[in-house]
Amino acid sequence: MSLRSPLGRVLGLGTAKDGTSHWWGQRVSAVALLLLGLWFAFALATIDNFGHAAAVAFVASPINSLLLLLLIVAMGYHSYLGVQVVIEDYVHAPGLKLVSLILSRFAHIFFAVAGIFAILKIGLGA
Amino acid sequence: MSNIDRPLSPHLSIYRWPITMALSILHRTTGVALSLGFIVLAVWLFDTASGADAYAVFMKYMDTGIGMLLLVGWSFAFFYHLSNGARHLYWDTGRGLEKEQVTRSAWFTLILSVVLTAAFWWVAS
Repeated sequence: MSLRSPLGRVLGLGTAKDGTSHWWGQRVSAVALLLLGLWFAFALATIDNFGHAAAVAFVASPINSLLLLLLIVAMGYHSYLGVQVVIEDYVHAPGLKLVSLILSRFAHIFFAVAGIFAILKIGLGA
Repeated sequence: MSNIDRPLSPHLSIYRWPITMALSILHRTTGVALSLGFIVLAVWLFDTASGADAYAVFMKYMDTGIGMLLLVGWSFAFFYHLSNGARHLYWDTGRGLEKEQVTRSAWFTLILSVVLTAAFWWVAS
């Protein structure tokens, strides 16, 4: 006999209330990063030099701007999901855990938005 | 946690580390390291957008012994996490989960990530 309500069974969200969304988010962003990451590694390895002008020229190229934006979003999201699991595994005090999770979310959004803003600024030539 | 005298199953200090266990821990360690690398990537982009002066400060820090050591470490962490991540995605399809297969793919993943790291720096230099 199952004590789960018909609604609960249909929703399939389990006790954590978010079902398999975390797992899926991690996997799908991993597939995206497999492609974007290899592109980025190749791009870094073959860039002319790391002077300021070369870096600006690299980011300003439309295809590079686009792929960098996607990289920042996918990487920030994947990193957030991973750090969340690490915090949940090792930080046991409830208050500290909550604060750590919130700080991690703030930090990820902060640096992702900083990266996105920088790419747009260079890419749009402002 | 008052009941600390209860019998415990063998823990980390008892086991002889199988390669699979070491790589599993390395996956998480490199993941955390890459999260810090994400910050550096964002700062690099932001300093690029901020102008030549800010960029020069960033490069001054990266162009040191410690900076180079960190970059080499991040490149290995990146290629390892990527290779082992692909291994995880392969496992997610339900394949390659026998003990011998897992050990074999562990060595393959480790060697592949070292080769990719070496290839990256060879192409870059």
